[in-house]
Amino acid sequence: MVNAAKRFEVIPGQPRPQIAFTGVTLQLGGKTIIENLSLGVRPGEFLCVVGASGCGKTTALRLAAGLYQPTSGRVDFDGQLMLHPRREIAIVFQDYGKALLPWRTAAGNVSLALEAGGMPSAERPARIEELLRTVGLPGHAGKYPAEMSGGMQQRLQIARCLAQEPKTLLMDEPFGALDAMTRQGLQDEVLALVAASGATVIFVTHDLDEAIYLGDRVIGLLPHPGRIGIELAVNLPRPRDQLSTREHPEFLRLRRQLFDFIKATEQ
Amino acid sequence: MTTDKAKEKVKALILPLAVLLAFEAWARATHLQSDSLAPPSEIIMALAGAFADFSILAATRDTLFSAFAGLAIGAVIGLALGIAFGISDTLNRLMEVTVEAIRPIPSIALLPIALIALGFGYRMEIVIVAFACVWPILILSRAAVRSIEPRLMEVSRALRLPAAQRVWKIIIPAALPRIFVAFRLSAGIALIVAVTVEIAINPLGLGAGIMLAQQALRPDLMLAYLVWIGAIGYALNILLVVAQHRLFGRAALSGDSA
Repeated sequence: MVNAAKRFEVIPGQPRPQIAFTGVTLQLGGKTIIENLSLGVRPGEFLCVVGASGCGKTTALRLAAGLYQPTSGRVDFDGQLMLHPRREIAIVFQDYGKALLPWRTAAGNVSLALEAGGMPSAERPARIEELLRTVGLPGHAGKYPAEMSGGMQQRLQIARCLAQEPKTLLMDEPFGALDAMTRQGLQDEVLALVAASGATVIFVTHDLDEAIYLGDRVIGLLPHPGRIGIELAVNLPRPRDQLSTREHPEFLRLRRQLFDFIKATEQ
Repeated sequence: MTTDKAKEKVKALILPLAVLLAFEAWARATHLQSDSLAPPSEIIMALAGAFADFSILAATRDTLFSAFAGLAIGAVIGLALGIAFGISDTLNRLMEVTVEAIRPIPSIALLPIALIALGFGYRMEIVIVAFACVWPILILSRAAVRSIEPRLMEVSRALRLPAAQRVWKIIIPAALPRIFVAFRLSAGIALIVAVTVEIAINPLGLGAGIMLAQQALRPDLMLAYLVWIGAIGYALNILLVVAQHRLFGRAALSGDSA
């Protein structure tokens, strides 16, 4: 059977969580979307959130971003109550096509985050070039989003997020609309980027394999209203590898456990 | 194909040309004497005469100056209000009754008041044109701002863009294709209202030129002015359509359907 719902508790001696949900409930239009969610994300942790559609994964991410305010309970970032979005928190949206400015080139889109951060215009071009190189888009600076493939557009959105120099990266099914090969490539690139920057990540996905492959910890949400149903620590060696990690006995065990959980929630 | 298109255009000209020729022939055969009609040949001669003594050019300058000044003022006010109402739901609800009460007033109905307040001349005409141009720009730019992709607004919130930058870097560029359609619409209105004010009362510009020709019992000159106003309106629209396609390319098409 499925694990009983586990609650996050602050353990003395552990580092303070970078993002902490404490008894968070969110009601929208009289409907309870998320109920009494408590959760701590350690600095540098890669947390994956899975669950059936409509379980409030994306909503939880928006709460973490400060785009929504909880009806009751609180969300803290670095020990401070989150009252609005913050520049240290970057969000990668699933619908990259809508999140990019179609009238700006790739360079212009990255520049927007630098402008918002108040970087002098003389310093921007070098930084933009560096960021585009980091996400594998060198030489595409002058292209408009409409001239780029889906994978390239998502890379561009990631570059814009990296331009914020975020402490926390929130990713909402970022690879959901991409084909399998592009997705695997981007998974490894995100892991490398995160390892290099030391950013904390909350990664929402409906792909259970992706969650285990990427995460240090996987949380499964139960729907109606959204709450934590399962919490799994992923003790797989890093760096992860598309072939050997996915064949690892621990990977298969976790995968089985997570599939059973999702199956049970759908009944 | 382009040659086919050219052929189509030539075909479309055949009927109007035939009508003009028939009218010319009829007017000559019957030795037309009229206060309202003149044969096309005489209209062309009158137009050429008005160009030769620069009278029609001066009138064109006066009308276009009033129309464009009014359009510019109306567009700035309409755009500022439209963007503000589009962004702030509260402001929009507060102002909705006021806007809906003032908007249906025909701009020409302001003529007596404007005349008392400002007298004859450019200022009065510009104010009336501006009043007429505010509303389409306000309504359409408000709709344009409201239909901006919500994800873009979330991006600007997540980046913590200051309000001024949010308007300048996200809202205006995102709404610009539709705002330009509103501007095109208002440019046509500006010309109509300017000429109407001149015909009604203001002694300057092309409208006053028509009235003078009418009172001088010169139907040829009156109709020459009419043809010239039509040509200006046509040219203005083509100019703006070309500008729209140059500026926005395919995005302009989505603005057209809105």
